[in-house]
Amino acid sequence: MTEPILSIRNLVVEIKTRHAILKAVDCVSYDIAPGEILGVVGESGAGKSMAGNAVIGLLSKPFSVADGEIWLKGRRIDNLSREKMRRLRGKEIGVVFQDPLTSLNPLIRIGDQLVETIMEHLKLSKKEAERRAISALEEVGIPAAAKRVNSYPHEFSGGMRQRVVIALALCAEPSLIIADEPTTALDVSVQAQIIALLKRLCRERGTAVMLITHDMGVVAETANRVAVMYAGRLAEIGPVRDVLTNPKHPYTDGLMGSTPAAAIGLEKLRQIPGSMPRLARLPKGCAFSPRCNRATDKCVQDPPPDLTAGEGYAACWYSLKTECTG
Amino acid sequence: MSTLVSVKNLSKVFDVSKPWLNRVIERLPKAHLTATSDVDFDVEENAVYSLVGESGSGKSTIGKMVVGLLQPTEGNVEINGVDLASETDIEIIKQSRTDIQMIFQDPYASMNPRWRVRDIILEPVVASNGDTEGLAEKLLEQVGLAAEDATKFPHEFSGGQRQRICIARALASAPKLIVCDEPTSALDVSVQAQVLNLMDDLKSELGLTYLFISHDLTVVRHISDRIGVLYLGRLVEEGTPDQLFDAPKHPYTQMLISSAPKIDGFGREVDPPQGEIPDPIDPPSGCAFHPRCPIATAKCKSERPALRELDDNRVACHLA
Repeated sequence: MTEPILSIRNLVVEIKTRHAILKAVDCVSYDIAPGEILGVVGESGAGKSMAGNAVIGLLSKPFSVADGEIWLKGRRIDNLSREKMRRLRGKEIGVVFQDPLTSLNPLIRIGDQLVETIMEHLKLSKKEAERRAISALEEVGIPAAAKRVNSYPHEFSGGMRQRVVIALALCAEPSLIIADEPTTALDVSVQAQIIALLKRLCRERGTAVMLITHDMGVVAETANRVAVMYAGRLAEIGPVRDVLTNPKHPYTDGLMGSTPAAAIGLEKLRQIPGSMPRLARLPKGCAFSPRCNRATDKCVQDPPPDLTAGEGYAACWYSLKTECTG
Repeated sequence: MSTLVSVKNLSKVFDVSKPWLNRVIERLPKAHLTATSDVDFDVEENAVYSLVGESGSGKSTIGKMVVGLLQPTEGNVEINGVDLASETDIEIIKQSRTDIQMIFQDPYASMNPRWRVRDIILEPVVASNGDTEGLAEKLLEQVGLAAEDATKFPHEFSGGQRQRICIARALASAPKLIVCDEPTSALDVSVQAQVLNLMDDLKSELGLTYLFISHDLTVVRHISDRIGVLYLGRLVEEGTPDQLFDAPKHPYTQMLISSAPKIDGFGREVDPPQGEIPDPIDPPSGCAFHPRCPIATAKCKSERPALRELDDNRVACHLA
């Protein structure tokens, strides 16, 4: 196996509050290989964006990386100084956020925003940087790029703006892109365009992508592997086809059952009772045990092990294939 | 089954002109945005009729006109034979208003944070001087919450629970029709499943009719009896979920369905659709979809296709 681009080991992100220290991300480990798209799914509050923000070093005050290691291309990055981290961001890690309007400065022409980023990270003259900005816009499919570099963000539609944000993330040729809900604010037809674009760029350049989303359909079509998070912990990780069609963790199974697309022809959706526990009141054992219909005393008492099974694993005492006893 | 809601030639035009002084100085003409144009559909009693479309297709505008929050520019909406916009008998107006309720998208913004849940739920009944004895508690239990929750404030609930409270409030005046504007878009999948199942149960228990507005094709396919697809304020296709998803006839519906991500579409390479929704202030001539349509002809550019019957569907396309 080739060396992974990103490697997260036992990452713990803590939130310090007046009353207690809460774990927003608890002992999460995963790798992303070159050219691979890892989908990170989970419901709101599962800690999926928090893990992404930890990688780019954007955690601020009550949040902090308390434990674990983050390695980027064989170099440890979680203990870098602010200044070194700032240089790394953009150069090695590109980021695409959910809302393309707030990711761009409304007062600066998009060409200048691109040139600024390019000159910050690559040793190029202004002329060369401008040429490069135009080719970056062409690459993400913006028509008449040479003319549009002089436009302001408000002159673009939502989908076009998200393309500009992707061009910004890619212009310094990073080896890793973190895409945090990149298509959630967009319409389906535009979403299809953006996903096709991300997949093409990833294939052509061998960029690793961490795709954070809550949409199982997007994950199925885009990702190679998928990590399912629940209450800050990794519930299950594995190749996307295995995890979605043959889930090992009851939570993944419940999530798939709740998806209307998977219930075609059924009268009722299969629902998971209850809702995700608050971080301050996490159950003692498995965080999913209060909602799990297979939970036993053991699940309530002890946190689940990392059951290694082939390429993927599920953090469950009784992964779905085995008989539940107890 | 009889028809509960009948929408005829419904159009809504918004005036989006600049202030008159700017118009005079800059010599600008008046600008009009056609949000909805010539929409025609019927909703059967105890059925779910869904309107789908991308942003700017006019689906929420139609919902607001149905409940009477907006006045139509042209056309009318009849609910149980009553047109609220032209009815003059105050008793009939009062009765029809209690027959219609609405559920909104954002359960955080649609409740007064300083009111207790009981007051929130009872407001539609209090407004019409109805009997409120024990009603809030009964409704809370009906939507899967506890009777004790009536004394709490909205901030004590999660998004899914808040949406249940909104449903309880909508049920309070014993309505016949509930207009649901993206009721599950702000919710997580597992909570969305709970809310959709609850809405389905209530529909059969209480004989409700839903006008369901959504952009999520998978949700719409699951819940609807009949679906209308909107594009740029016009109804382009209407049919049952199976007809629409298995054999879409309008090129826009085909594009919408093929570009929606599939849960079993592992590694699927879609040929993404070209272009985006045009500017509604300056819509294309003829069929509004022709600039993006792969099979458009000269006729599509000049002549607007009428919505016509085709098998059991209705389609607005020259070539279908």
